[in-house]
Amino acid sequence: MTEQNYIRNFCIIAHIDHGKSTLADRLLEYTGALSKREMVDQVLDTLELERERGITIKLQAVRLHYRSRDGKEYVLNLIDTPGHVDFTYEVSRSLAACEGALLVVDAAQGIEAQTLANVYLALEHNLEIIPVINKIDLPNAEPERVRREIEDIIGLDASEAILASAKTGVGTEAILEAIVRRIPPPRGDREAPLKALIFDSIFDSYRGAIPYIRIVEGRVQKGDRIRFMATGAEFEVNEVGVFTPAPRPVITLAAGEVGFLSASIRNVKDTRVGDTITSATRPAKNPLPGYRKVMPMVYCGLFPVDSEEFDSLRDALEKLQLNDASLRFEPETSVALGFGFRCGFLGLLHMEIIQERLEREYGLELITTAPSVVYRVVRTDGQVEEVDNPTALPAPNMIDHIEEPYVEATIMTPKEYVGPVMELCQEKHGTFLNMDYLSEQRVALKYDLPLAEIIYDFFDQLKSRTRGYASLDYEVKGYRPAELVKMDILINNEVVDALSVITHRDQAYHRGRALVERLRQLIPRQLFDVPIQAAIGSRVIARETIPAMRKNVLAKCYGGDVTRKRKLLEKQKEGKKRMKQVGTVEIPQEAFMAVLKVGKS
Amino acid sequence: MVAGFVFARSMALAEWPNVSAVRLKAGFPAYSASLPQRPASDLLSSAPPSLFGFTKATSPLGEARSLQTKASHALYIHIPFCIRKCHYCDFVSYPGRSPAEMAAYCTDLEREMALVAGKWLPGPAATVYIGGGTPTVLPACNLEQLLAAVDRFFGRRQGAEVTIEANPGTVDGAKLRALAAAGVNRLSLGVQAFDDDLLRAMGRIHRRRDIYRAWELARRAGFNNVNLDLIFGLPGQDLDAWRAALKEAVALQPEHIAAYSLQVEEDTPWGRLAAAGDLPLPGEELELVMYQEARQILAAAGYKQYEISNFARPGYHCRHNLTYWLNGPYLGLGAAAASHWQGRRWRNYSELHRYRHALSSSRLPREEIETLTPRQQMAETMFMGLRLMAGVDLEAFRQRFGVDACTVYAREIECLYRAGLIEEKDGRLKLTEKGLPLANEVFVEFI
Repeated sequence: MTEQNYIRNFCIIAHIDHGKSTLADRLLEYTGALSKREMVDQVLDTLELERERGITIKLQAVRLHYRSRDGKEYVLNLIDTPGHVDFTYEVSRSLAACEGALLVVDAAQGIEAQTLANVYLALEHNLEIIPVINKIDLPNAEPERVRREIEDIIGLDASEAILASAKTGVGTEAILEAIVRRIPPPRGDREAPLKALIFDSIFDSYRGAIPYIRIVEGRVQKGDRIRFMATGAEFEVNEVGVFTPAPRPVITLAAGEVGFLSASIRNVKDTRVGDTITSATRPAKNPLPGYRKVMPMVYCGLFPVDSEEFDSLRDALEKLQLNDASLRFEPETSVALGFGFRCGFLGLLHMEIIQERLEREYGLELITTAPSVVYRVVRTDGQVEEVDNPTALPAPNMIDHIEEPYVEATIMTPKEYVGPVMELCQEKHGTFLNMDYLSEQRVALKYDLPLAEIIYDFFDQLKSRTRGYASLDYEVKGYRPAELVKMDILINNEVVDALSVITHRDQAYHRGRALVERLRQLIPRQLFDVPIQAAIGSRVIARETIPAMRKNVLAKCYGGDVTRKRKLLEKQKEGKKRMKQVGTVEIPQEAFMAVLKVGKS
Repeated sequence: MVAGFVFARSMALAEWPNVSAVRLKAGFPAYSASLPQRPASDLLSSAPPSLFGFTKATSPLGEARSLQTKASHALYIHIPFCIRKCHYCDFVSYPGRSPAEMAAYCTDLEREMALVAGKWLPGPAATVYIGGGTPTVLPACNLEQLLAAVDRFFGRRQGAEVTIEANPGTVDGAKLRALAAAGVNRLSLGVQAFDDDLLRAMGRIHRRRDIYRAWELARRAGFNNVNLDLIFGLPGQDLDAWRAALKEAVALQPEHIAAYSLQVEEDTPWGRLAAAGDLPLPGEELELVMYQEARQILAAAGYKQYEISNFARPGYHCRHNLTYWLNGPYLGLGAAAASHWQGRRWRNYSELHRYRHALSSSRLPREEIETLTPRQQMAETMFMGLRLMAGVDLEAFRQRFGVDACTVYAREIECLYRAGLIEEKDGRLKLTEKGLPLANEVFVEFI
């Protein structure tokens, strides 16, 4: 148990690629939490995927010991935050566990929309913010411009911003000193009833679900009986501990401290992020504020390529769900793809991550259908239903109108791209809200946009029309009626249900055209002509034909190397296996995602 | 009597002695009502169709039957040298090696022959095929030495077919005369194209005039069984150019013509160009037209197609290659050479130093030794046999494996039959006109 005056709880706010993980590594190294030898690059990103993508998906918390220039030893708890809009809620919970934040801004690129959103979140939580201008070693670094930006855009005093290079280690000590000096120590009555905030949880196959907690009031130790206030579930604590970064048991965690507890909790559903843990014998009156149940925003179908892998897919999803309470799934049947699951995700990135983990960690081969948002369908009889799957859309004569989810999007861009960005937002059915000059060069635009457009190709379009200079953040606002239609795709004159999409009526022709063209490229020639059509109801709006395969024959003799011939044929067979037989046509996996990719080709 | 039955059957007995033990009652699956169905005895006793368009006496398969009275096999010798690699070539061949290195390799080959002959006691070879690379980059004395070694360690059956591949740019009168004297009785000329621009683009070392010179010399040296290799589907080649090449080839009146469709292999200069989209290939449609054109022109000139890419005048089939297609036994000698022997397949080391090293310590230079399961042997028998116009002899298949191909591959055969890609005729399963250019789609079903 550390005296509160010697504790500092902080997190790092940064845009992807602005160097958060590298900076965290430097801090760990400098404080001796890890020797140089032990450093695997970027310790906080534990998932292989995170390391590859350079982003943090799951949060981590590390306790650092730092002897300050004032001669005293401090415990610094670094709480890592995910840097993606899909995980905004999780970010807000980890911010709530801190008293301060390092705001890391790339000295060459300046502030991005995502960063700004998170800074505002941090300010809402009254966090002390320490600006750090990183990557000053880059030849195109402009620390003074970025300093002004921080002052102009956020309104923070950046005169004491720390100039740093996480890569070379410059500024590391200054950052640690600033954490000690400027971030206030935690305050919280250690004798009050227990209130601990869950800001993350992981699943350990031996010990069950392990919540990562910040003790806000009171204390907790082994043997205590605890209660999760949102779910009401009760458990007996069998261990409390901290991360150094390796987990290490301690006797007690008291108000102000950060760590974990283990209590033979079988499911992460019981350790929901944002929930408050209290004592079952001396419960707190009210939970900590801010808890909400996270709802999936994006749905897609996941089907095993090999239909016999259905059970393995369910097992894998169940295992992933143990670690990730925001993942939803239920069985789905597709005429084209057979048995699979309709899965709900926080966003596109979350979806891609789950997909990749299923394929990599569980060795599953999957077909993913195009993601869909949740539509609200108002029937002619006044009944309202939520539809997350185009195939579940009622017949047109049953529908009074359809509503779709809208977001408020913030786009930050250099001023020369304001025109193209506004044009894009118009095309995507955006409603202009306002425009702010953040500085002489940079503009923040606010639009209401359909969420469906964001998950379709908005971000790619934004990147390409602003040469990658714009950044995007959004927040879901609610539902609005829209002119929406279901567009079907027919392959060889049969509707392939897994390819149906819901789209704005005025975009249907364009999307149908692009989609059939893309499918023509993706689907290999068959032994017969294969027509591909896009249709709304019975009206065909676009058509392409894949001509029949004319010739596929191995000519050469290979000097009797039959093994080689056999291997070539085996390879061809393998390729066929990975395709899905729909009617008489073999369709490759990628085709089912083509709906998403048409904008990129 | 269909000669091929016996050939295949006796091979089977050598390779899979338990045939009779596992033989199953032949049964046709339900769909066979739609296929011509005859009892096996009828199949065996009925007069054979003229498989290759000539009489039994001169048929290579008829000959094969008589050869089967004793173990008989094919011998392949790989010469992994050439002057320069062609842009499309992915065979194991090392360009620009010194005469000393090549001579040393021939000594290694002799060593391997001693080991192989000692280990398998194969007896005299029915066919010998010297391929490459460019075997004729070797000086005549080395080639003579090799053929003498073949006689010493294996022997040649009477009337054995002995083929050597030759590049028109690497032959002269003396070398050809020496080869003929050493018993080489079949010459395979790598003509590929007659157009100098195409030849240059392919990276060939020879030109049109070399073809005619080599042809003259070959005939003068007494070669009366000569094959010309041609390639179609070349980048920049149009239908007229291909037609012209065929006509020039036919005008020379060779005994055999092989017309290969260009195969662009990954790890070659052309493979890299193609991957980058920089190779102007004619495309599937035109390739097919070229193929059909070749079949027509060659048929009109008296060359009967007996395999997907091979055409011959009566009696001049390549007996060596038939061993491959009938899934028979052969021993491969030299770097990268492949063997099929007693139910196993293997390949020799491709790298010369590894090949040499193994031999210098009296080990067989083999790698990738694979014991074939009955199922694999059946698959190979199907997809190699279907390359032949005569198709797969179903009775021979049953004799060899003790099961009926139509039972083992019931579902596959039905699908392919329905798709119009294969047909059964006179007890033989073969590609249809439609199936011929789509052969891979058929083969893959048997994998």
